[in-house]
Formats: sequence, C-alpha cells, structure tokens
Amino acid sequence: MDFVNAIILLLNYIFIPALTYGSQLALGAIFVTLIYGILRFANFATGDMMSFGTMATILFTWYFQSLGVSLGVLPTALLAIPFGIIFMIFYMLLIDKFVFKYYRNQKSPPVQFAMVSIGVMFVTQAVVRIIIGPGDRRFFDGEKFIIKAREFKEMTGLNEGLALKSTQVITIFVTIVLVSLLFWFLNRTKTGKSMKAYSDNEDLALLSGIDPKKIVLVTWVIAGILATIGGALYGLDKSFKPFTYFNNMLPIFAAAIVGGIGNPFGAFLGGYVIAFSEILLTYAYKKFFMYILPESMEPNSLVQLLSTDYKFAVSFSILVIVLIYRPSGIFKGKVL
Amino acid sequence: MRKNLNVIAAYSIMMVLILMVGIFQSWNIALSIFNLCLISAVMTMGANIQWGYAGLINFGIMGYTALGGLAAVLISVDPVQEAWRAGGFDIVMSLWLIVVMVLVIRFILKRFEKSKIRTYSIAAIIISGILLIRFSAEPGIEAIEAVDPAKTGFLGGFGLPIIFSWIVGALFAGGLAFIVGKVALGLRADYLAIATLLISEIVIAIIKHEDWLTRGVKNVIGLKRPAPYEVDLQTTDWFIKLVEKFNAGKLSVIENLADRQAALNQLVIEGSSVFVKLCYSGLFLVVVIILLILTQKALYSPWGRMMRAIRDNEEAANAMGKNVVKQHLLIFILGSAIVGIAGAMLVTQDGLFTPGSYRPMRYTFLIWVMVIVGGSGNNFGAILGGFVVWFLWIEAAPISLFLINFFTAGIPETNALKAHLIESVPYFRFLLMGLGLLFIMRYRPKGILPEKIEIK
Repeated sequence: MDFVNAIILLLNYIFIPALTYGSQLALGAIFVTLIYGILRFANFATGDMMSFGTMATILFTWYFQSLGVSLGVLPTALLAIPFGIIFMIFYMLLIDKFVFKYYRNQKSPPVQFAMVSIGVMFVTQAVVRIIIGPGDRRFFDGEKFIIKAREFKEMTGLNEGLALKSTQVITIFVTIVLVSLLFWFLNRTKTGKSMKAYSDNEDLALLSGIDPKKIVLVTWVIAGILATIGGALYGLDKSFKPFTYFNNMLPIFAAAIVGGIGNPFGAFLGGYVIAFSEILLTYAYKKFFMYILPESMEPNSLVQLLSTDYKFAVSFSILVIVLIYRPSGIFKGKVL
Repeated sequence: MRKNLNVIAAYSIMMVLILMVGIFQSWNIALSIFNLCLISAVMTMGANIQWGYAGLINFGIMGYTALGGLAAVLISVDPVQEAWRAGGFDIVMSLWLIVVMVLVIRFILKRFEKSKIRTYSIAAIIISGILLIRFSAEPGIEAIEAVDPAKTGFLGGFGLPIIFSWIVGALFAGGLAFIVGKVALGLRADYLAIATLLISEIVIAIIKHEDWLTRGVKNVIGLKRPAPYEVDLQTTDWFIKLVEKFNAGKLSVIENLADRQAALNQLVIEGSSVFVKLCYSGLFLVVVIILLILTQKALYSPWGRMMRAIRDNEEAANAMGKNVVKQHLLIFILGSAIVGIAGAMLVTQDGLFTPGSYRPMRYTFLIWVMVIVGGSGNNFGAILGGFVVWFLWIEAAPISLFLINFFTAGIPETNALKAHLIESVPYFRFLLMGLGLLFIMRYRPKGILPEKIEIK
C-alpha cells in the first residue's frame, strides 16, 4: 500500500504538473525553433507575442461571457482561442511587413534581427500593458477539477490524493493533437516539406521554385497558432500576467536550444526535458521516502536537491551545459 | 572643431533639455535625472566596449550591475559579529570546499587526456561537491539567518567607505565575466546573447535567495553615503548661510521676520537635497570623465585598431597572428567590469540594495537601446544614448499624458477610453523605447552619433 501511495504522490506532485508545464513550454519552444529555422533569427519577442495572443483570447472570452455563451463544463476560453489566433496572426504579419521584411530583404546578420526583435518586444509589451494592464488576470471558468484529491482518497482508500485539474488534461490533450497535426503538416504536405527545404538550404530551395513569400506567411501563421494556444493554455492553468510571460521566454529558449534549435521535434522534447528537470530537482522528497523506506531510515531533512527558488536556474544551467558540451542540442539541430 | 560640431550640438541640446526640466519641473528632478543619466552613461560605455569595439553581444548586463551592487553592500555594511559567530565557521569551511573542488577539477583537467571517463568523473565531483557543500553549509546558513532576521540575518560586510566598492564591484563583475567568457564566448552571436541573458538570471536568482550573504528580497537599506546627509546639512551653519546668500533677493522681499525664517527653512530643506545630489553628480562626473578618457585612448591605440580588425573580420585578424579568443575574453572582462562600477554607483546613490528590482527590461535591454540609439563604437555616441534614452524613459509618462490630453481634448473626462489611456500612461515608455529603437535601426542604423574612424 505504501508503495502505491508513493507512486500516487509522485504522479500528483511531479509527473502531472511537469507534463502540463512541459507541454506549455514545448509549444513555445516549437514557435522559437520554427522562427529560428525558417526566418533565421532568435526572436526575443517570443514571450510577449505569446502574451499578446493570450490577451486577445482573454478579451474574446470576456466578450463571450458577457453574451452568456459558454461551453458548460469546459472553459469558455477554448471557444475564444480561434479568434485569439486570428488576431495574433494578424499582429505578427503586420509586424513582419513593417519590421522584419526590410531586414530579410537586406539579408541582415542574425544579430541585427535579434536587436530588431528587442524593439518588437518593447512595443508588444507596451501594447499588451496598455490594453489589458500589467495585473494578474484569471479567465478560467467551467469545472475546475476532474478528480478532486479528497474524492480520490475516498474512492481508493489511499492516504495520498490525486488531484487532476481539467486545465491539465486540456493542456496535454490539446498539445498532443496540435503537435501531431503540426508534424503531419511538416512531414507529409507539400508546403511543409518546402518549409523544411527552405530551412535546410535557402538558395537551393529558391532554385527549385519554392516561393519564399508563401513560406514566410505559413511560418507566421503556424507561429501565431502555437503562440496563442501555448500562451492561453499557460494562462488557463496558472494565470495571465504580462511579466510572467516575458520571463517564460527564458525556459522556452532553453527548451528550444536543448532540443536542438531548428528541429521542431527536438524542441517538443526539450520542453519536457526542461520541465521535468526543473520539478524533479526542486521537489522535496521527504514524504516519498517516508512511504518507501522502513520507519527507522526515514530522513529528517526535506531531501530537496535545490530550493524551489532556483527553479529557473536549473533550466538555465542545463542550457549552459548543453551549449558547452553539445552546441547542436541533444537531438541534433543546427550547429551554432 | 567643425568636425565635432554634431557632437557638441547633440550634447548642448541634451543639457538644455535637462535644464528645462530644472526650470519647469524642479531642480531635484533634473538632478536625479542627470545622475542616473551619468550612471547609464557608465553602463553604456561598458556595453559599447563589448559591442562597439569588439562586436561581442552581452545580454547579461543586469547580472554585472547586480554584482556591483552586491559589492557596495559587502564593502560598506558593518560586519554582523553575532552572525559571524553563529555560522561564520560553516561558511568559511564551505568556501574552502569550493576552492578544493575547483583545484581538483583543474588538476584532473590538466593531468588526464580528454575522455568520457574524465567528463563523467568531473560531473560526479561537481554534483557530489554541491551536495556536500549544501549539507555542510546548511546549519551555518540557518544560524546566520536566524540572527535578528528583521534587521540583519546576514553576515554583513567589511564596514569600509562605500567608494571602495566601485573598484571592488568592477573586480566582482570582471571575475564573473572571466568565468562566463571562458564558458560562452565560443558561441555564435545570437547564442552568446541568450546564454549571457540566462546566466545573468542565474546570478540574480542566487543574489535573491542566498539570504545569508545579501539578505535577499528583504533588501539592505541605509547604506553609508559618500555624500553628506540632508538632515545634517539642514543644521549646519555654513550651509544655511550659503542658501541665504543664494536666495538673498527672494528673501529680502519678505518683510515679516518670522515669515522670512519660515521661507528660509523651506529653502534650506530643498537646497540640502539639491546639494546632496550635486555631490553625487560631481563624483559620477569624475568617473565618467576618467572612463571616457581611458576608453577614447584605448579606441585610438594600436589595441583599439586590433579590436576593430577582429570585429570586422575575425578570420583575417586571426591570420595576421592576433589571438582572437584571448582578446575577446579580455574585452568581455573589461566591459563587464565597467558595468560593475555602474552597478556599485547605482546602489551608492540609492543607499539601498533591492535584489528584487533587477529586471532584464530595465538593466539589460534598456542599456542596449541606449547603445544602439546613441551610436555603437563611438564613446560619445554611447554616452549620449545613455542620456537621451534615460531622459525619455523618465519623461515619457508626462509627455504621453500631455499628448493624450491634447488629442482627446474634446472628449469628456468620464469617457472610459480616455480614463483607461490615462491610467496606462506609465506603459507608454515601453512603446516609446520600442518605436525609437525600431526607427533608429531602420533609418539610422549607426545611431545618432555614428562611429568615425580617424587615424590619428
């Protein structure tokens, strides 16, 4: 029985939260990696673009709520996400037209692109804060839990409860569907294949008649979908605050690089690598050991490798180590 | 003279703007803007050395600033004897452990050939070392943090005058830059940017959470000042006389003696804070001028020429026998050290150290905007960038408030949109900075005062 308790404990506090957080990071990381692979720059506006998409979603959610439209047990935000995506894509294309296009035509070095993306970051941050303010926003409605900890205990008679939030299930489900669709698109359709070709060798791709304008357009559309859904899922699961989204850019970058930049599948896995290592290293295992060890060997301390304050530092350290020893990432992306 | 006309013109306009703030708002605000402009100028000089001279991108400015600030705390605060007695031994032991660990790793690196076993054993040493240090330092840290946590709860510093911290801050930042440079400088430009950004976040995380060293988010307040205190000045005779002399015309108009005394007191209170700010301005100005002379000399020296050669064509410089790796590391350290000075100056001026306030927007990206807008590669440009951008950063809110009121003059105050806009005035500064950066990058990519290469 103790062993089952220990497993449930790990599931509840490590596995499910890490899987959720990892999915959110993975979506952002694929966004970064696509922009890097196809448009060839490190987009420092990633976090703020995600917060823009989330903001649009929230505004539509409020609008639907005021109309009285709801999805019953599911959050209304799911209904608002498609509209948020349209807004996001529109904003991205606008920025691309007025900002990035010029530098693309000039064939500027990546560093200049990165600087420009910092300008975009400032502007986007201002726009988001002016429209929705810098405060914490919760926009979740509907049923909060699928399984409550207390109900689970009563049901199974175990000491440990397993709480399953509906946002966690939605996040994981949506991520799986979205990522499968994306990989199908990239690997099986003609447009997807031409995107890959363009990413591998621009000149060769142009020679074989691939239209660069279309590639750029499709890239931004996919980026908009990923950014909005990733941001909205994070906001549903936790809460929406522009500053947190800006900060999330850092683990997202870490995930993309750890997975091998330019490699979408690597970025997808990288998100989970970062999330699991963050949570595994900062979790206090005292209770876990209390269940599986005999009473005489029970630990006195918290058995925590690092305090939770260093959550971010963990992912950054992983990134730095990967950058030094395997600059192309764990799953072989472009060599930096 | 003619050649430098644009430099002189740009700086004169900037000075006039600051003077206008003094006249129309208040001298206190004008001087605090001026002081922070000077500090920003030091930071931009550091970033400019790295980016403008050598083309190295460093998004870790925040980390070096915070280390400079930490130096100010460690130098100026009096040591907390009780905390040292409580946990000093454990901390010193842990420090020794770290030193031993580093030496062992160095030994292994030197002694053995590169192999998988070596890599794994080094990793094992680091992990077990961290665990060992954690367990050996834990009781000491807890004991230190338990010593009067509301007031101290940390080890304190050396109790020296805070001015020394400007040098120590440079050393701290340079030391960190050495480690970061060894690790990360081989990366390609945009990855160097990301790596430095993340490393600076790690530095901030450590400063925020190692309460025994820095008090963490509990902040350190009331640092000693290199300048006199306002309260002391207000009771000093010579200062009151000075204020009286300056305002003789204004005071003589007032007939009633009691009224005149009250007016004088008011003037003395205002004057004291202006005087303190002037003291800081003097100190900062000295630093800026010294650094400017040094960096200008360096720029036009053979070394500066070599740096530019490396920046413009690394392979060619390498082929000419210049040690690119070494020079990159050197300039990375130098630039970061200058940023460290600025960090210490900032904390000196504020008189308090608040680890929670170090955010990448303010301390990394804003500095980069300054360098790009001002003109990278040109020291005068970088300093001007520091002045212009900081001035706009502060004055953006009043300017945008004015513009909003101007354009919505016909709309009543109760209008929801207008109220919302006025409420979000503080965020217009981000918009202004972003647009400014985008416009400069597009239409004047070399900045306001572009780099000029003169052979002297």
